Order: sequence, then structure tokens, then C-alpha cells
Amino acid sequence: MASIELKNIAHQYPSEDKSGPYALSSLNELWQDGGAYALLGPSGCGKTTLLNIISGLLQPSEGRVLFDGVDVTDLSPEKRNIAQVFQFPVVYDTLTVAENLAFPLKNRGMAKDKISERVAEILSMLGLSDRANEKAHSLTADDKQKISLGRGLVRTDVKAILFDEPLTVIDPHLKWQLRTELKKIHQQFRHTMIYVTHDQTEALTFADKVIVMYGGSVLQIGTPEELFETPAHTFVGQFIGSPGMNILKANVDGALAIVDRIQVALPGNYRKIDDEVELGIRPEYISLSQTEGIQAETVSIDDVGKHIIVRCRLEHQIVSVIVPEGTSIPDKPRLVFAQDKINIYQNAVLVRPTG
Amino acid sequence: MLELRSVSRRVEGEIFVDDVTLSLNRGSINILLGPTLAGKTSLMRLMAGLDKPDKGEILFDGESIIGVPVQKRNVAMVYQQFINYPNMTVFENIASPLRVAKLGSDEINKRVAQASDLLQLSPFLNRNPSELSGGQQQRVALARAIVKRAKLVLLDEPLANLDYKLREELRSELPSLFAELGAVLVYATTEPGEALVLGGCTTCLHQGSVQQFGPTLDVFKNPVLLQSAKIFSDPPLNVANFESREGICKITGEERELSFLRAKLPDGSYSLGVRPHHLSLTPTDSDDLIFQGGVSVTELSGSESFIHFDFQGQPWVALIHGIRNFKEAERVEFYVRSKNAFVFNSDGLAVAI
Amino acid sequence: MKTQNNKAWFLVLPVLILVSISAIIPLMTVVNYSVQDTFGNNEFFWVGTEWFQEVLNSERFLNALKRTLLFSALILAIEIPLGIFIALAMPKRGIGVSFCLVLMALPLLIPWNVVGTIWQVFGRVDIGLLGHGLASLGFDYNYTQNVFDAWVTLIIMDVWHWTSLVVLLCYSGLVAIPEVYYQAARIDGASRWSVFRFIQLPKIKRVLLIAVLLRFMDSFMIYTEPFVVTGGGPGNSTTFLSIDLVQMAVGQFDLGPAAAMSLVYFLIILLVCWIFYTIMTSFDAQAAASQKKG
Repeated sequence: MASIELKNIAHQYPSEDKSGPYALSSLNELWQDGGAYALLGPSGCGKTTLLNIISGLLQPSEGRVLFDGVDVTDLSPEKRNIAQVFQFPVVYDTLTVAENLAFPLKNRGMAKDKISERVAEILSMLGLSDRANEKAHSLTADDKQKISLGRGLVRTDVKAILFDEPLTVIDPHLKWQLRTELKKIHQQFRHTMIYVTHDQTEALTFADKVIVMYGGSVLQIGTPEELFETPAHTFVGQFIGSPGMNILKANVDGALAIVDRIQVALPGNYRKIDDEVELGIRPEYISLSQTEGIQAETVSIDDVGKHIIVRCRLEHQIVSVIVPEGTSIPDKPRLVFAQDKINIYQNAVLVRPTG
Repeated sequence: MLELRSVSRRVEGEIFVDDVTLSLNRGSINILLGPTLAGKTSLMRLMAGLDKPDKGEILFDGESIIGVPVQKRNVAMVYQQFINYPNMTVFENIASPLRVAKLGSDEINKRVAQASDLLQLSPFLNRNPSELSGGQQQRVALARAIVKRAKLVLLDEPLANLDYKLREELRSELPSLFAELGAVLVYATTEPGEALVLGGCTTCLHQGSVQQFGPTLDVFKNPVLLQSAKIFSDPPLNVANFESREGICKITGEERELSFLRAKLPDGSYSLGVRPHHLSLTPTDSDDLIFQGGVSVTELSGSESFIHFDFQGQPWVALIHGIRNFKEAERVEFYVRSKNAFVFNSDGLAVAI
Repeated sequence: MKTQNNKAWFLVLPVLILVSISAIIPLMTVVNYSVQDTFGNNEFFWVGTEWFQEVLNSERFLNALKRTLLFSALILAIEIPLGIFIALAMPKRGIGVSFCLVLMALPLLIPWNVVGTIWQVFGRVDIGLLGHGLASLGFDYNYTQNVFDAWVTLIIMDVWHWTSLVVLLCYSGLVAIPEVYYQAARIDGASRWSVFRFIQLPKIKRVLLIAVLLRFMDSFMIYTEPFVVTGGGPGNSTTFLSIDLVQMAVGQFDLGPAAAMSLVYFLIILLVCWIFYTIMTSFDAQAAASQKKG
């Protein structure tokens, strides 16, 4: 296991246009030994590029990668001693399931009895024990991806295990099973794990720390709770949560915000901000009331089973509200914003209250 | 209206579609829900006329369409992969079915403009599909289905290859996009959450046969089969087996009586199904069901906690609001309102209480 | 699979007619010749299987068959590994790709008799670059007199002419392998050999089989080049089945034995094709089975 440090990492894919966009721009990160990290962001945000730079499949155009303080930037993936699982299943067709799992160990010259012991462990963990001697090419996509995962987990001495959207091709129910399995493995063995995904649920549930990326740079690093409660950027607020955070145009002065000519009490005092100011509040932190709160008009009601998503119009702007199943929703409800859950953004960046 | 009557299809002895009877209406979205290999795509291929059923009838507005070739059926299909003509502009891609139909250029321009407005593709009409993002590429495929004004629109996991947030966005737009066209709209997905957001009607499929069909929320809230409750649950449905003896019901391995079932069930084996979001850490009612187990792992999503625990040898999961972290092997009690528990008999049929 | 639409038969009818004119009718003529004898004047006598017995027992036929098989075996043993090796060494992207592809395609574009003539001249001791060069270096090289030299010349010529085909087929298979397989192999610490053995070879085995089949058929039926270069000599040392057959039919006008011989020849090729077909369909069945599940 190792800590991973990125120093001024930047990457530009080779192209004719030298002034072209950076896939990654000057990243400085230190990830702790034994941590579970998730790189979360939409496609094209540079998360896979970053992962491949860490594993050594890609050479960054600038910057250094350090494992436990040792510069590994110029080392090949096999020398870096990491494991990586890819988005689509990669199996060695002509080998059996067990041989596939043994492959990375055999290549590193592990003793035969040790290999078979370790392979048997992984097989039972993945529920593939009874298919150990089948040829890998005859398996379903689900099972093939399990083998890919298994090959990532089979080595015990790796510096880190990297996952590149490993559950994309997996059915929802199996996803739950494999994800919790990964979580258990992490808690048990404390490998440094880095998990790339565009799926917020996967990122938040898997990781201790989530790194939200957009356009080649990191917008926020935080625990799932921090990302949910105090997104550093409006993009993070909207990207995390379904529906995402309500971002409303507002004017802020002191402890009051004006949204659509309506006064909203803020959790603290803010200095006067003149730029573009927005107020962010999660749909989970708005409740409907008969008696108090902001007058609104119901636009749509979506019962999605475990709760109801109500879209309401204030004067101009639309807000989403999540209410428990079975709630009856009036045409003209009043909305109560949980005061201490309100965040204020200046030019899309979080502003803290002054006192 | 598209009707399937006892439709079956086998390939080399393997059952792909097993005695399916369905009627799908215009105006609302019809969802085919089930895991991979449940028969969603096979069923769609039959509807499109790409395959022929071995048995049964397929009727469109009362007329049999078996034997009518695909070209004459006025069907549009959108797949999981983004399929566009790579060497044509977005405009030509959208217009392609209209060119095939030899429509006048005024009409073509009008329809393409309409569809591209609807799908926010207007700025990209002169670009090539390869210059667009995945979400935009899939919108082009959807636009092509729209301009065609097909009577039957088949969407086979159209959002599966898209980013999570993009999926959310398109998902909320889709039903209204197609509702106005008056087409029969069929949508295949593996994700229960997607079905719930889309609404409409849902068909739960398992191994090629229909488990349950009805309005989406109704299927979700009132499963008639254990299998359809399982298919339509994300996180997975929690299941416990119990026995009824002389009117007293007890979960296998537990001493506590399921009092809400007293004297309601004939002797025999049953199972109890509980959705993860119905489990709570605090009691809500006097006749709450109580489930106790050792925590195996807790997943936190920022606003919710998924607590995985072992209940009588079965993996259970509870979805709890707020951040609740439990240590491994910690014993936790969960409460469920009795009205939220589903009861199934040994054949997997729901029993009304 | 039951027939779903009788229209299909109507659509393949033109092909059936064409094939019957171009292949089946001439073949039946040969069958006709192979069971009869003639002394000219269009008079034929029924001889049954006599020609077949004669052909199969003739040392001349068996020797030609042995030579042909040996030739095919050598060709396959050299061209297939060499072709794979070159395909592996070719660049996968960049401007080098089109250059290599054109270079590889060049020999394939040259007609058979021209290839023969090129090598016939190229190898001549008096004026040929190769022949004269070797001679001036002190090698006693002469393909018209030395059996070994004649074989080496023919094999080098065929390798020069046809290895590109194997290269192109293998290359097409190799570039179709997704990059992620190589990445996974690097992560797994696989050696270059393991990558070839467990990723590249399994992924190109289909095209490789096609390459083997094509090269076998072609080399087994080789006629023009040895005819032009060595004319079957020195002696009979490079008289392959096809050359022997033509000598018998055209040179000696022994239509009966020649017809019987061509049928035997034909059956051998048919047998080989059938074997390949069986292997390939079993590959397909495996692929289909895994796809259906996946």
C-alpha cells in the first residue's frame, strides 16, 4: 500500500493544435495510504486520463507522480505495481476462469501453491468457485467483469487498486452486491483504492473522499457528506443529488437573501456581494407547509416510489422539493427552506458567511 | 394500440419469449423492465418485425402485422449504442428517414427544424455526429425517430451509455417528447429507478415471460408476484421466509410472532418482502415489524445511508435518511410498518392481508 | 432453420445457373472422361475405375503428390510465422501504416506469370542480379541444374509473393483488438510472449485460419510460377501435381488418366476445405454461444 502524490500534473493529448485544451490542468493532490477515493465527473472531465497517469498507462505532459514519496513518473505500469480494472470486461479467452485469476500472480513468479490458495479465495468471494475450470470466453458479460475485478483484487502486495467505471456493464442488482463486496474488501485489507465513475451513487457510497472533476480540474475534494451539505461550486451542487441542488438567482445583503422578491433568512451574515449571486438549497431541505413559508405554485408532481419530487414555481424560478411518499400536495403550497442548509455562491463559487 | 397475444419465440430450444400477452397503448410510455436476458430486446425485435414469433398473434390497431416486413411497418428504433451515419451532418442524419420516404424539401426542413428544436440540436445541424458529445449523439438518434412520425417507437435502453446526470435530464424530457406524437412508445430498461421516473405503464419481465403489467406506480406499490417485486426494487428487495402454524406466523429462526398476520393465513411456508426504504431505525407504530441483524457494511451517499445487514442468513439492506454509520457486526434493530410488508405464498404469489 | 420465404430461392437462381455453367458442367465432363478411354475419332470406351487405379498406383502421381505436399508444408511453415511476425512488427497508427500497407500489397498486385518471369531472370547465373551475385560471391548456385537450388528459388519466390497476404490478414485481426486488452496485460505484468499467446493469437485465430487455408490451397495448386521458372525441373524435381497434370493432359493427351487425376486432386482439396470449414464453424459456434449468454 502506498500514498499517492500528484505534483503539478497536467496533460495535453498530442494534436496539431499546440494551444489546444488541456485534458488536465495543474493538479496537486496527496492521497493517503489506505484511503478509498472516487474520481467523479461527467465524461470528458479528465478522470480516466488522471487514472491512467497514476497507473502509468499514460505519461503526463507535465508534473510528477509519487508513490510513498518515490517518483514513479518514468516507471511502466508493471514496475509501479498497481492493479487496474477497466470499464469493459477484459478476459483471456483461452484461459479458464481460475487461470485468468492466476495470470497476474504467475507473471510475477509467485509459488504455485500460494497462487492456487489465493485464487480459490477470490473465486469464492466472487461466487465463481463452481465455474473455476470453465473457459473464460463462455461466460456472460457480468461474469467476465467479475473476472476482471478478481484479477484486480488477486494481488495482495499492490501499491493501489484503480477502478475505471468497473460496474458499467453490470445489472443493477449485481451492482449492489459487487459494490458492497468492494467496500468490505477495502475495510478488511485497507488497500489504497481509486474509483473512477460518473455515477454519484457509486462514488459517494464507495469512497471516503470524493474528488469532483470538471473540465480537467478538480472542483472539490470532500467526504460524501461535505459534498452534499456544502458543495464548493454550483456544479458540484447540481451534479450530486437527484434532483441536484436548487440554484436560485438572488441578492444577498447581511443575513438576508432576496429570491424573486421574496426574503429568505440566511444561516449567517454575508458581506455585500455585487457579482452574480446564487442561493443553493437541496430539495431534501425544503419542506411544504400550510401556514408559513414562501408562497409557491405546484408545476409538476413525480411520485418515484420511495419519495415524491415536486416542482414548484416561485415568482419566476423553479425549485424542486422532495417530500415523503404519501404526502398530499396542494396546488399552492408554502415552502420552508431549512435555514442552516442554505449556501451562497458568488460566480458559482461557495462564499462562507462572515459571522 | 399494439397487442401481443400468447406470443412465444424459441431459438435452438432456448426460450427467448414465453407466452407473452400484452396490450400497449398510445400516448403513454410502456416500459419493459427486467435484468439482462429477461427478454426485453427479443420482445422488441418481435414488435419491430425483425423476428417472427413461433406462436401467437401481434396486432397493431386490430390488424395482424406478422409477416409485414419491417420497411413497411413505420417503426422507429433507438438502441443503446449511438447509431448515426458518420459521414452525414446532423441535419442529414435527422432527415434520412424522410429522404427515404421521398418527402418534399419544405416538409423535410420543417420537420427537422421542429425535432431539433425539441431536442436542443438546432445549433449543431451542420456538424458531423462525431463532433458531438454522447448525449447529443443520442439526441440525434431520438430526433430521427421523432421526424419519422412512426406509429411504433422502440427505445432499447437508449440512455444506458450516457452519463448519470445526462440520463436524468433526458429521462425527464422523454415521455413528453413522444406523448405528443401519438405513437405507441416502448422503452426497455434494467433500472427500476428509471421506470419510476418515466412513469407510464411497466411490464416486469423474467426469463422471457411477463410477471406483471400495469401502471408503473401500481406495479411498484402492489406487486402481485415475488418475482416482480424483486425485479422492481433498487436496492434489492429484502426477503425473509416465514411459517404459518395454526394461525400463528413466525419468521424462520425467530421467536417473535408476526402479529399482524394472526389467523389470516392457512398453514404453510410464506415469504415476506420489504423494500429497503421502508426500514426505519425508529418505531413508527405499535404493531411495527422488527428485524434485527448484524451490520456487514454501511454505505453513505451524503444524504442517505445504505445499511447492509444479515437477517437470518439473508443479505438485507436498509435505506435510511441522514448519515448513520454503524460498525461491522454491530447489531441493529429496524422497524417496518406492517402495511408496508408484502406477503407471498410458496408459489411466489402475493397474498392480500 | 426452416425456409421462411420461397422468394429467396428465386433470388439465388441466377447464381445457381451461373455456377452450373461455369463449374458443374465442366466437372461432369471431366468425370465423363475419367471413366472412358479414347483412341481419337470421338470414339469412347467404358473403362470403369481403371484410370483411377492406374493413377493411384502410379509412382509418378504419388511422387508429384509428395512433392506438392512438401512444398505446401514448407510454404505454410515459413509464411505463416513470418507473416505473423511482420504483422506484429508493423506500426498500428501514424503515417507509417499506409506506407507499410502499400509496400505489403505490392507483390500481391503482380500477375503470377510476371512473378515467375521476374524470378526466372533474377536467378539466372549469367544475367540475373541474384544468380550472378551469388555466383560472384563464390556460391555454386544454379536453379536449372541443382535440385536444392531450384526448390530454394521457388520457395523464396512464393514467400516473397504471398507472405504479404498473411501479413495483411493478421494485421487486420491485430488492429481490431481493443487497446484496453494491452493495458490490462501491462497491468497484469504479462511478458511480450504472454501478450501474444493469450491475447493476440486467440483474437486473430479466425483470420489466421483463413490465411492458412488460402495459402494451403494456393500453394497446393501452384502452377504458373514453377512452370515459368523451372518448368518442373531439374528432372522432375519441381514437377508438382498441377504441372504433371497439364503434361499428361496437354503434352501426352492422356485424357482419361488426366481426368481421373484431376478428380483425385479435386477431392483432396475438397477434403482439406471441409476440414477447415468444420474447424471454423466450431469457432463460430463457440463465439455465438458466448455472445448469446453475454
